[in-house]
Amino acid sequence: MTRAAWMDRAFHALGLAVLAVALSALMFLLADVWRDGASRLSWAFVTGYPSRQASTAGLLPAVAGSLWLVVLAAAMAMPVGVGAAIALEEYAGRRRWARLVEINIANLAAVPSIIYGLLGLGLFVQALQLERTLIAGAATLALLMLPVVILTAREALKAVPLAQREAALALGSTKWQTIWHHVLPTAMPGLLTGLILAVSRVIGETAPLIVIGALTYVPFVPDGPSSPFTALPIQIFAWISRPGTAFRANAAAAILLLLGVLLVTNGIAIGVRDRAARRRVA
Amino acid sequence: MTARTRQLAERMIEHALWACAGLSILVTIGIVGVLAWETAAFLAEVSPLAFLTGRTWTPLFYNQSFGVLPIVAGTVLVATIAMLVAVPAGLTSALYLSEYASPQVRRVAKPALELLAGVPTVVYGYFALLVVTPWLRTWIPGLAGFNALAPGLVMGLMILPLVASLSDDACTAVPRSLREGAFALGATRLQAARGVVLPAAMSGISAAVVLAISRAIGETMIVAIAAGQQPRLTANPLVPIETMTTYIVQVSRGDVPTGTLEYRTIFAVGMLLFVGTFTLNVGSDWLRRRMPGGRR
Repeated sequence: MTRAAWMDRAFHALGLAVLAVALSALMFLLADVWRDGASRLSWAFVTGYPSRQASTAGLLPAVAGSLWLVVLAAAMAMPVGVGAAIALEEYAGRRRWARLVEINIANLAAVPSIIYGLLGLGLFVQALQLERTLIAGAATLALLMLPVVILTAREALKAVPLAQREAALALGSTKWQTIWHHVLPTAMPGLLTGLILAVSRVIGETAPLIVIGALTYVPFVPDGPSSPFTALPIQIFAWISRPGTAFRANAAAAILLLLGVLLVTNGIAIGVRDRAARRRVA
Repeated sequence: MTARTRQLAERMIEHALWACAGLSILVTIGIVGVLAWETAAFLAEVSPLAFLTGRTWTPLFYNQSFGVLPIVAGTVLVATIAMLVAVPAGLTSALYLSEYASPQVRRVAKPALELLAGVPTVVYGYFALLVVTPWLRTWIPGLAGFNALAPGLVMGLMILPLVASLSDDACTAVPRSLREGAFALGATRLQAARGVVLPAAMSGISAAVVLAISRAIGETMIVAIAAGQQPRLTANPLVPIETMTTYIVQVSRGDVPTGTLEYRTIFAVGMLLFVGTFTLNVGSDWLRRRMPGGRR
């Protein structure tokens, strides 16, 4: 074998090895979390209240807080995000304005999440005087997920065949009737997939919530949007930061729960997409 | 509905939709506005020169000093370590995926890599502090419990998929005929990759790397958990340091009263962070647009 051919084989092996090492590093780390946390994970842990003692501390306020945050954030980001996507995809007549919005969204998507936290702190907590409440946290997360929602919604709208729009318009529908009755229903699976992907990115967000002032010790379940709150990743951070090993098992168990939730949401997103794809073929 | 009211409704809906799109611009204005407002108040009390060139960062001490360089250095140190992992590994994976891997391998490997990017950063922080640091300490006895090395390595692992996936896109966009020309001259896949694909994809790959640097600089939780809270001007990866993002988290967790100078420091640091990442993002976008077959 020539030297060049040998190098070629060697690089092939190297490429495989790099991929294998990266993925096995992830597996190794996950196995470690499992070893630390699996024994701690129980129904009582998920439905219990926080405590100064690691062995009796529970996750309920954090889980409830995360649920509130995600639902409120999605309820705010989804209509605005889809509306923006419709404007850009269906009405992009005003070229220069549309281009400006596009560049802006691409830039927003790359702004570090902690900066959104500072925006939330300055705008929602201070200027609008929402204080350190669920609604301020959810609004911050809504802004954070907006670029993702818009980008995925645009892809979903793009996938709707032009012929479907033309058929509706030819029968005398107005532009909005076409969009509302024909484009949106067809794009719905794609829109939902995008929403779920945006949500699963936001469930794990920690930094912006710390900046706007999520609490780390909340011994109650939030009773409304103006309640103080904690969230699952905040609780994990708080437990990791505590000295000693007692809370380490709690952090690991909470991580397992978080990763489990992410697995389920992403699974649903993939499922929705696949079903829609199969229906389109049939 | 008469034709007239329907027309009116159509117009109003269109305006409402454009208002949704315009909101995204308001977000940008909001970010810049909030940061600029508080930063201006901060710079009214601390001279910009002292802020940008000072070598001591002790805003929370009795003896206050506002030289931002130590936490900038901490950020750059961790980001450098992350890039030393993510760029070679990401580029190798990208070349493997675009030049060597069969379609079946690609179909499995690409989503598997995406898994790495989907893990929340707080979880990576746990890995860095409680798994990687103890493991590294068996090899490097001098390693402190908080250090730049472990979070840097873990961050590299987290950013790898970004570099790999964008570089792979850049390589795949190189026309097939260029490779075939090289193969016809007797090149191996590696020779074609190095001599033809890499140069042709270079602007796309540079865009990926620049975007990855921006991500590394803005990354918060890994360093907040595992790198420590000791601002110091050092290139030593074995000792505790503090990054800009960690500082913002540190102040946010404490009970610094709003409206004070200490409170305003996080916005000044945030402004610096925003300007840095924004510049990198724009640079990355500029590079990507030079890519053959890329977006204009």
